[in-house]
Amino acid sequence: MTDQQTSPALGALVDLGLPGIGGLDGVPLADQAQSAKDFTSDQEVRWCPGCGDYAVLAAVRSFLPTLGIKRENTVFVSGIGCSSRFPYYLNTYGMHSIHGRAPTIATGLAITRPDLSVWVVTGDGDALSIGGNHLIHALRRNVNLKILLFNNRIYGLTKGQYSPTSEQGKVTKSTPMGSIDHPFNPVSMALGAEATFVGRAIDSDRKNLTAVLGAAAAHRGTALVEILQDCPIFNDGSFDVLRKDGKENRIVPLTHGEPIRFGPPGEDGLGSHAVVADGLALKVVDAASVDPSQIVVHDAGSHELAFALSRLSDQDLTHTVTGIFRDTSRATYDDAARAQVAQAKEGGTPDLQSLLNGRDTWTVAG
Amino acid sequence: MTTGDIDVGNPSHPGAGPAPLARDRVVIRFAGDSGDGMQLTGDRFTSETATFGNDLSTLPNFPAEIRAPAGTLPGVSSFQLHFANYDIVTPGDRPDVLVAMNPAALKANIGDLPPGGILIVNTDEFSKRNLTKIGYEADPLEDGSLDTYQVHPVAMATLTRGALEETGLSKKDAERAKNMFALGLLSWMYHRPSEGTERFLREKFAKRPDLAEANILAFRAGHAYGETTESFAVTYEVAPAKLQPGTYRQITGNTALAYGIVAAGQTTGLPVFLGSYPITPASDILHELSKHKAFGVTTFQAEDEISGIGAALGASFGGSLGVTTTSGPGIALKSETIGLAVTLELPLLIVDVQRGGPSTGLPTKTEQADLLQAMFGRNGEAPLPIIAPRSPGDCFDAAVEAARIAVTYRTPVILLSDGALANGSEPWKVPDASALEPVEANFATEPNAPDGSDEFWPYLRDADTLARPWAVPGTPGLEHRIGGLEKADGRGSISYEPDNHDRMVRLRAEKIGGIRVPDAEVDDPSGDADVLVVGWGSTYGPIVAAARRVRGMGHRVATLHLRNLNPFPANLGELLRGYGTVLVPEMNLGQLVMLLRARYLVDAQSYTKVSGLPFKAEELQDVFLGYLDGSHPSSGERGSAPQGVDA
Repeated sequence: MTDQQTSPALGALVDLGLPGIGGLDGVPLADQAQSAKDFTSDQEVRWCPGCGDYAVLAAVRSFLPTLGIKRENTVFVSGIGCSSRFPYYLNTYGMHSIHGRAPTIATGLAITRPDLSVWVVTGDGDALSIGGNHLIHALRRNVNLKILLFNNRIYGLTKGQYSPTSEQGKVTKSTPMGSIDHPFNPVSMALGAEATFVGRAIDSDRKNLTAVLGAAAAHRGTALVEILQDCPIFNDGSFDVLRKDGKENRIVPLTHGEPIRFGPPGEDGLGSHAVVADGLALKVVDAASVDPSQIVVHDAGSHELAFALSRLSDQDLTHTVTGIFRDTSRATYDDAARAQVAQAKEGGTPDLQSLLNGRDTWTVAG
Repeated sequence: MTTGDIDVGNPSHPGAGPAPLARDRVVIRFAGDSGDGMQLTGDRFTSETATFGNDLSTLPNFPAEIRAPAGTLPGVSSFQLHFANYDIVTPGDRPDVLVAMNPAALKANIGDLPPGGILIVNTDEFSKRNLTKIGYEADPLEDGSLDTYQVHPVAMATLTRGALEETGLSKKDAERAKNMFALGLLSWMYHRPSEGTERFLREKFAKRPDLAEANILAFRAGHAYGETTESFAVTYEVAPAKLQPGTYRQITGNTALAYGIVAAGQTTGLPVFLGSYPITPASDILHELSKHKAFGVTTFQAEDEISGIGAALGASFGGSLGVTTTSGPGIALKSETIGLAVTLELPLLIVDVQRGGPSTGLPTKTEQADLLQAMFGRNGEAPLPIIAPRSPGDCFDAAVEAARIAVTYRTPVILLSDGALANGSEPWKVPDASALEPVEANFATEPNAPDGSDEFWPYLRDADTLARPWAVPGTPGLEHRIGGLEKADGRGSISYEPDNHDRMVRLRAEKIGGIRVPDAEVDDPSGDADVLVVGWGSTYGPIVAAARRVRGMGHRVATLHLRNLNPFPANLGELLRGYGTVLVPEMNLGQLVMLLRARYLVDAQSYTKVSGLPFKAEELQDVFLGYLDGSHPSSGERGSAPQGVDA
């Protein structure tokens, strides 16, 4: 547990001494129930057949109405890449911007418009390569925006070059002898950048994806959700080990306050694998081989635990942690920025003429 | 000469001193080490002079390094101030008075002092070591090399220390106030009021009353030194200038620009959002605006230039007046986002305070070589309006005007200031805030589909301005998506259709080309000049000054100043074609002249200088004379000695 206040995994409210501390506080509520159809635009979706983006789009269209906020107060901002076409397919306000810069545009919007729910859709190339600087600074500032990072570990729109999350050795159009770049671990990177909310989901796991999105929406501050998804054209099957038989031995779901167990049920009905401490790191062991007290209980408030968990996932996906790594409260940049403006305005509206005159004027008579 | 204690109370030296000599105009240059406080000294003298009612113009000139090695030539910082009893337009070509606080300041500046000029030297710094450091083999104060000047050697550090003896300050701290001694001395020489400076010092050092008192004592000691020693036989008086009636203050370009942005928030009724990354010489606008939150101004110091403009554009999307401020290198980084703003057709104010380039170039020096970058520095056909202020005070009006165009036409606008305007100052006739013209943001609130359906077409244009509707998030029923991809005319959805792209490219160009700007005006007092000099930006001052000199010699020359660089005033071509010779002086290698020649097919001539410093009136005067006698001097060469009245 850190010294910061912690909210349980699904984003309960924490008193920061600031007005409105839920992620959606200040956003007007819809007058009537909305459906996925309401959030569907008239644009024909143009992703490749089998693209993981379809699953995410369907999940998001179903999920948005559950937030209960006005559709017109929802904004999706994206950069460049396949996933960045996302805003066109949602009947909300949206901007398809330029490569890597969506977090900057969303930052200006979120600071000036507390009545909006602002979402960023980005990919591994957009967010982690050309836009890396903006991503880390958005996370550090903790502006109230939600970043969906679609990670397919390849450049799709430019037709198949390796990305900053591609595994080493990967043969692509630009790496015929195999990639020699060491990849980013997006969750480790986000935690290193002081992110207050970091989650991960697999595109096809609708339930977990929706749960993580819900917690992200409820979180006040920058939330990063890494979504693992397939590019069937240029990186087909890259996450197959997390979808096929045996996936239960690889996927490590997290639940705040619960011991970290996964895999086929053991004798006690819980997962037969467990996560335990290994020096300063974590390791996976047979749950039956350790005392239950040794099994790590997930605490979304612990920065250190979140980072250690992020290191369980390696390039080969042997153990892929999903769920909410970290969910803590810290004052947001946008709340603080608005508070300063409000404080400055407390004295009433200043007089422009006085400002222009300044202190030392002289008069030239006519 | 006297370098001993100051006899402040000597009754044989009544305070009035000898009767002052009247002068129409004076140019003073304070020069010293970067750590000597020359900019502050200059600022204070400027304030005193402004309060007194002279017209004035200033040129701060300092190195990019914060503190270059002490006593070296690269570390020299100077501040030039031109003040007069009539309206002047430049900081002056050459100083009449040079204050040199150390040998390096002397060496770096003495070449500009004309023979007979007044030279005041702080002798305490003229040690053998300091002289050797900058390559003086002999002490110039003793080897006769300064004989053509009126030299006043003053042991400023010693005298300041003496004056502060009672304060208990360390020797080093006491000597640090020697710039105030120099200021006191010059204030005495030119009969400047001193109340403002004393009040300023009390406020500046409010938390250190001992330092406030020390600086005031040093200031008074300098004043008393002039009064009591016989070194200075005369004082000078420059009567207040007869400016247009009104209320005046002194202002720098960057401050005026920041105020213009605050005012634009009021005229448009929009919250102002500044996204900016620190860069010389634009950072002061960020500093100033960050103080004015009470006016609804939000400032965001971004992680880089791209983020600064990205956040500003995001704020504009949300219905704020987005602003970003930078210099040339920052514009280069922002180019892609500017292109996005062009195609999104959202209001955005982009301020480029130009400095010497290319690349890092000369961060603290002035230049106007970003015109073509502003005009064309983006991929694709990405036209936008460009406005350039002509003087520090004009930065206010230019900012208000740029915001008006941005909001009215839903377009990014580039405002091209420069280092000379940014840091230079002048008396500014304070505008009447209540007379500023309101600008309607006219947010879209209703569906606008031509077929009467409940659809919203984000790219359906206003028939008059060709501006598109600005529908901000939160407006029910107008949900829409915009982006960098080409949009279908009207409906705004993605379109790859060839004819549509051709139409949209032309529509964007037509919208910018159709922005209504005031007609250009020619200043041609005789009405029959054959030579027309065209300028833009900060060359206004030297061009007008040089034209006055040339006219004073009995010649005819016309001038035209361009404030709108895109679109050009509608009558410009006709005006240019009305003169036998069109001459365009620029602080670049001929950027405006290239546009004028291309656009109007006139054989406009170019005169250029790219030294990091403004043109001198004297230099342009020679160029104009050359054009009048048909010799057409080429750039980089010039001839005659100074003559005529400066302006």
